[in-house]
Amino acid sequence: MSGQRVNRLIIQTPEGCRFALLLAGPVTRFLAWLVDLLLVIGMTILAVMLVSMLAVVSPNLALAVFFLLTFAIWFGYGIVLEWFWRGRTVGKRMLGLRVMDERGLRLTFPQVAIRNLLRIADMLPMLYLVGGIVCLLTRRCQRLGDLAAGTVVVRTPRLPRPDLAKVLGDKYNSFRAHPHLEARLRQRVGPEEARVALLALIRRDTLEAQARVELFAGIADHFRGVLAFPTEATEGLSDEQYVRNVVDTLFRPQRKG
Amino acid sequence: MIIDLDRFIERERPMWDELEYVLDRLELPSGRKRLDLAQAKRLHYLYERAAAGLARIQTFSSDPEVREHLESLVARAYALIHSTGRERKRRFNPFEWFVGTFPRTFRRHWRAFALSSAILAAGAVFGAAAVWFDPDSRHVLMPWGHADMRPSERVAQEEAGAGAGKEMKTAFSTMLMTNNIKVSILAMTLGATWAVGTMVLLFHNGAILGAVMLDYIRDGQSEFLAAWLLPHGSVEIPAILIAGQAGLVLGAALIGRGDRKPLKVRLREILPSLVTLIFGVAVLLVWAGILEAFLSQYHAPVVPYSLKIAFGSVQLVLLAAFLALSGRRGARRKELAA
Repeated sequence: MSGQRVNRLIIQTPEGCRFALLLAGPVTRFLAWLVDLLLVIGMTILAVMLVSMLAVVSPNLALAVFFLLTFAIWFGYGIVLEWFWRGRTVGKRMLGLRVMDERGLRLTFPQVAIRNLLRIADMLPMLYLVGGIVCLLTRRCQRLGDLAAGTVVVRTPRLPRPDLAKVLGDKYNSFRAHPHLEARLRQRVGPEEARVALLALIRRDTLEAQARVELFAGIADHFRGVLAFPTEATEGLSDEQYVRNVVDTLFRPQRKG
Repeated sequence: MIIDLDRFIERERPMWDELEYVLDRLELPSGRKRLDLAQAKRLHYLYERAAAGLARIQTFSSDPEVREHLESLVARAYALIHSTGRERKRRFNPFEWFVGTFPRTFRRHWRAFALSSAILAAGAVFGAAAVWFDPDSRHVLMPWGHADMRPSERVAQEEAGAGAGKEMKTAFSTMLMTNNIKVSILAMTLGATWAVGTMVLLFHNGAILGAVMLDYIRDGQSEFLAAWLLPHGSVEIPAILIAGQAGLVLGAALIGRGDRKPLKVRLREILPSLVTLIFGVAVLLVWAGILEAFLSQYHAPVVPYSLKIAFGSVQLVLLAAFLALSGRRGARRKELAA
């Protein structure tokens, strides 16, 4: 059940291609549930208002309709929305979450129905205690309903792109004099390494002076090992400027438009 | 290795755009048009091409947008191509489902149903024995104020038409119905406790039933009891048993004794059965609720007991026949088609 917790679901296709989906954590899921809960309560209040009008005619019938409506709202909300919106409820939409099959396939109706019906067990004894504990114990943060239905909740965040111009400034990049070496650098540097360099630049002002020097020295050494630029391009460059040049080379848009 | 990323993207982009266009169309809820062979082949080609492009571009650090876009395209196409569309081929037909799929699913898991019935029966025997040997236990076992009154007094009161809440009959039946459906869902859900919870729930309900029944019989009110319980109980009790059956099926899949398949596969296999059983139970309980509203709550002077008992018995036989026989022809047709 447990083992290493992961924050992404990696799916390998038969074509040997891998793609990753970000898994949602308990907190975002709880927030999404809160939004949904407010909506369900709102709909229940609406139902009460409707029924109270009906009660003028027949209190007996009105109460019967009320029981039916509340039942349909509380049990139907998740099933109907997740089925017609492909794994999203209003709350999940707002927080950028989506229910998915854990193999990356389409959701089937039985999956949607079971994961929502098993909510009863997950909510025991109160406030999703069972579901929360199970979610913390499983690698992919699945509650009982997810485990039974073979589903996961993934995040589809819209992260704002880092503002490169601000990070890099309008400085001259001495690497530009060597386009063939720049091209080779782009080839050799993997996405993770590039990301480390970019994040270091973005956060440089939050670092302590000593730590900043050491960090950029380490990163610059790494990139010097990847590819050696001729001395005229690197002369007089501090480690930080070196990393900035690398990031500029890697991330600078190369195409027009 | 891609030498010139710009040229690569320029060359591949039309294919990606075409793939996106096809996916957009196929993913529309109304757009589940069938592809002809050439279109299907083209879709597969585009998908493989995009996947290959993704595999190559993944090692590149620049252009994260292109990579993300390509990843999402491949993920969507993967889901579309690798999901088996068998169940979606035909439109869902509720009638066919209820008279065909539901009884067939019930029969496929008949052992779980037998066990579910045995547990309820054991509970009933226990409840009856408890009330027989220790009359004080009725206060623990009996619900809804049954314990406060002798059955004969209650019968007299009901026959006089003075029972509680006569004018709110429909509301009361609806509440019972939704409550029964909730209990049924819980019985299935508790299968997640390796079916221990389901068994406890079934035994407890059996104990209540046994205690109430013995109480009435000992007080000489068997006829009233049969007339009161049979019309809706002949549907309601089987419905609870089927919900228990679903819970036991879930528990059995979790335990997986004598099954070499991995847990995930076992769960995936029983998922449609669970949904069919629990929705079937809901349909039965709605019917029981209607009966309860319009028949069970009316007693002797209004509706003769013999009529109610006859109705309930016939209904029980019909229900048994339905579950045992309905949908057999459909199964054979499916076998032939397969």
